[in-house]
Amino acid sequence: MKVLVAVKRVIDYNVKVRVKPDNTGVDLANVKMAMNPFCEIAVEEAVRLKEKGVATEIVVVSIGPKAAQEQIRTALALGADRGIHIETDEEVQSLQAAKLLKAVVDKEEPKLVILGKQSIDTDNNQTGQMLAALAGMPQGTFASEVVVDGDKVNVTREVDGGLVTVQLNLPAVVTTDLRLNEPRYASLPNIMKAKKKPLDTQSPADLGVDLTPRLTTLKVEAPQTRKAGIKVGSVEELVDKLKNEAKVI
Amino acid sequence: MSILVFAEHDNSTLKSATLNVVGAAKAIGGDIHVLVAGQNVGGVAEKAAQIDGVSKVLVADNAAYGHQLGENLALLVAEVGKGYSHILANAGTTGKDFMPRVAALLDVAQISDIMRVESADTFVRPIYAGNAIATVKSSDGIKVITVRGTGFDPVAGEGGSAAVESIDAAHDAGISSFVEAKMAESDRPELTAASIVISGGRGMQNGENFHMLEKVADLLGAAVGASRAAVDAGFVPNDMQVGQTGKIVAPNLYIAVGISGAIQHLAGMSDSKVIVAINKDEEAPIFQVADYGLVADLFEAVPQLEAELKKVL
Repeated sequence: MKVLVAVKRVIDYNVKVRVKPDNTGVDLANVKMAMNPFCEIAVEEAVRLKEKGVATEIVVVSIGPKAAQEQIRTALALGADRGIHIETDEEVQSLQAAKLLKAVVDKEEPKLVILGKQSIDTDNNQTGQMLAALAGMPQGTFASEVVVDGDKVNVTREVDGGLVTVQLNLPAVVTTDLRLNEPRYASLPNIMKAKKKPLDTQSPADLGVDLTPRLTTLKVEAPQTRKAGIKVGSVEELVDKLKNEAKVI
Repeated sequence: MSILVFAEHDNSTLKSATLNVVGAAKAIGGDIHVLVAGQNVGGVAEKAAQIDGVSKVLVADNAAYGHQLGENLALLVAEVGKGYSHILANAGTTGKDFMPRVAALLDVAQISDIMRVESADTFVRPIYAGNAIATVKSSDGIKVITVRGTGFDPVAGEGGSAAVESIDAAHDAGISSFVEAKMAESDRPELTAASIVISGGRGMQNGENFHMLEKVADLLGAAVGASRAAVDAGFVPNDMQVGQTGKIVAPNLYIAVGISGAIQHLAGMSDSKVIVAINKDEEAPIFQVADYGLVADLFEAVPQLEAELKKVL
């Protein structure tokens, strides 16, 4: 079966972000960018499904500026077969991203679509669910285990309080949690091979999706910084401070 | 303006987070209705009717909603929610699962994890793991919102007397089914609602050593949390994880034991009122946010803490 994986280019997760002095956003100039960690897990899961003989073809799609092709090439180096780049320099919000992906799903007709559960920049946790709704597919969100069985897929989901397993009819959408798998590294030969894999570029207009944002960001601020605390010398002093100074116990 | 609040429950108990979501609805202002969707939820509906400030409780009691499957809930909430200006749910895993689906069905954007209300169409939410705070304005007719419970004070769970109305909308999308649930058992308070949280990280070395934290937690009536490192190492189950990808907590007192304080962990606890760090590494980033830091070996400090608390409590 065909598997579609969506990946996003985001700021590297180790980077300490800086809010721009004019409060219009976060400073992304000269900052290290990378594939969203949850998307890496999505790619890895698709590759594992292919290695198990469940998936026959892996198509990776990314929406964003020209530079997002780097992340598609990374996914190709990890084992995806071909890429689709929906190129735009405009801001793409979750609903519009879901509509773009829906257009790709209509054309490619994958049996399984795998996305990360959230991107670490906007922290929305929406796109997979929105895509599933638009495509009329069931969803297995926050997956820590995915088992394809004939025309169904069993997904174990990480929920508040524990784990829940659901069975979904294929085609279905799955969003990955961190514990689904441990992504591999791309080897140099695979990175070289990935350069020759097909990558098709489209525009949001080609897919008939209007990117007009529904949400306007009025300002972005740095969070309140906490006051520097003190170091205590002993457990006795700590308990005394908590009881008599902070009065929290 | 009227606001629909989705009640979070397990078919028998109303989750306390619902009270915080009603608190957020109050901050928006307007007539507040609560939707209870599930199976055999009469008791939950009665509790919901007692929530302060709620004027009506809508009950959808049907097997299709028994396991809170997102496919079915979204159809229900999108239909019922059409007549409202705002639809709110707690930003727990249930709300995060079905609410974006509701938004897509209504063709509106969703505003995730709001921590403050500026006005009926403008909300404040964290981005980049809480390292930036965005103020966003929505132009949609219906605002679909998930609420960060710790950002809003809970309303009283008693004293209200809302009318209870049953609705028979039975939406079964028929594309998904429940197989099984494996819930972690615990007598301690719920992590996201606890007023004191004690968390362990990689420094705990193994799951057995978490018993040391549990003993302290029991003295304080605290919940026990963990960093991702401790969860990934298999010390404790993942529902104990505090952080960007786990639970967001803002207790009065957060005690971080053997936790270095990575950005992703701080995202889940840096709104705590008082933070205590116990770590043997003086350079650990957790000390930059801790109100009280103790540089010490946790295997000596935690038993001492237990003994000391026994003296003073």
